[in-house]
Amino acid sequence: MSNPSLAPTRELKLYRRPISFWWWLDRPAYFKFVVRELTCLFVGAFAILTLLQVRAVGEGPEAYAAFAAMLASPAGIGFSVLAFLAAVYHTVTWFPAVQTTIVLRVGEQRVPGSVITGAHMAGWLVVSVVVAYIVLRG
Amino acid sequence: MAETIRLEVSRYRPEVESEPTLQSYEVPYNKDWVILDALNYVKNQIDGSVTFRWSCRMGVCGSCGMMANGEPKLTCAVPLTDYDPTQPIRIEPLQFFPVVRDLVIDMSSFLEKLSNVKPWIIRDDVEATEAVEFRQTPVELDAYKQFSMCINCMICYSACPVIGLEPEFTGPAAIALAQRYNLDSRDKGKEERMDALDAHEGLWGCTFVGECTKVCPKNVDPAGAIQLYKMGSATDYLKSMLLPWGTK
Ligand code: SF4
Ligand code: FES
Repeated sequence: MSNPSLAPTRELKLYRRPISFWWWLDRPAYFKFVVRELTCLFVGAFAILTLLQVRAVGEGPEAYAAFAAMLASPAGIGFSVLAFLAAVYHTVTWFPAVQTTIVLRVGEQRVPGSVITGAHMAGWLVVSVVVAYIVLRG
Repeated sequence: MAETIRLEVSRYRPEVESEPTLQSYEVPYNKDWVILDALNYVKNQIDGSVTFRWSCRMGVCGSCGMMANGEPKLTCAVPLTDYDPTQPIRIEPLQFFPVVRDLVIDMSSFLEKLSNVKPWIIRDDVEATEAVEFRQTPVELDAYKQFSMCINCMICYSACPVIGLEPEFTGPAAIALAQRYNLDSRDKGKEERMDALDAHEGLWGCTFVGECTKVCPKNVDPAGAIQLYKMGSATDYLKSMLLPWGTK
């Protein structure tokens, strides 16, 4: 205790409850939080994969063909599906949280949080459509 | 026979036991009662040795926070009718704090964290004793009003797993109160407070679980305050790196 004025007048025999290793199962919100944090691993791995893909492009047609074959393998597709689900989960749980981090005012009125989250969701949709168009155009 | 409900109250008597046990009490299931009334019934009618804190009974003093069925609650604000009378309500001391006795926790770590963030108006141009008036517009008041509603009940600390895992973490209410003064147009102490908060166990200990905001009985939104604080700190840092005239 560094602040003597806050110290108890006599020694107390305090009971300190141990924190269980399973604390993240105590409340649904903790669980959702831990899952959201873990989705980062997939998002990060996907980013690394994309960098490797760019390198393969730089290494010429054979290297790229081998890389594309690896991505098209069952393991490659499985990973992509997992990474996609992880990214969707992360986004869907993150955007509602974003509204508490941004205070926007129009004149004297604070922009409601639902508008901020809605704008993020709409932006996400637009970007997804554009990317899907570019990728699927053939 | 009138309806009753069972309270399972955590008892810790340091002179006789080394860890808490649950003790069961049958109390009337009075529709007008809050949990605190039921506990006071136990204390007055059944067992005077049950120890807990309370004062105002109206959600103002912040002293009656406890865990009810594992959820941190302001017990004077939660009606018994929120619970099914056929199931017991488990009442325990606020989680993540050391227990002094029964339902009483040791709050000295919180008080220390609170005083570290200097939750008062800081200015060096006036003496504290001087009678001066600083006017504020409704918009200026609005900037911090929500964060000023905090009653220091520590319920948010009991919902924050970071407090459990890293007890040094400054925690939701103290950061929200620091932000309350930072956002006050009369205050000039932002940088001084930042010294205490721009550390791993300060602001950046928060991983944004967001439970503090959900459990706060006063709608303070400490999670929002912390994220705003982080944004402010990060933008100040970027400005000081990128702009020749810094943050001034
Ligand atoms: S922020 Fe809310 S929950 Fe936390 S101490 Fe203040 S009033 Fe209580
Ligand atoms: S007794 Fe004061 S807040 Fe509950």
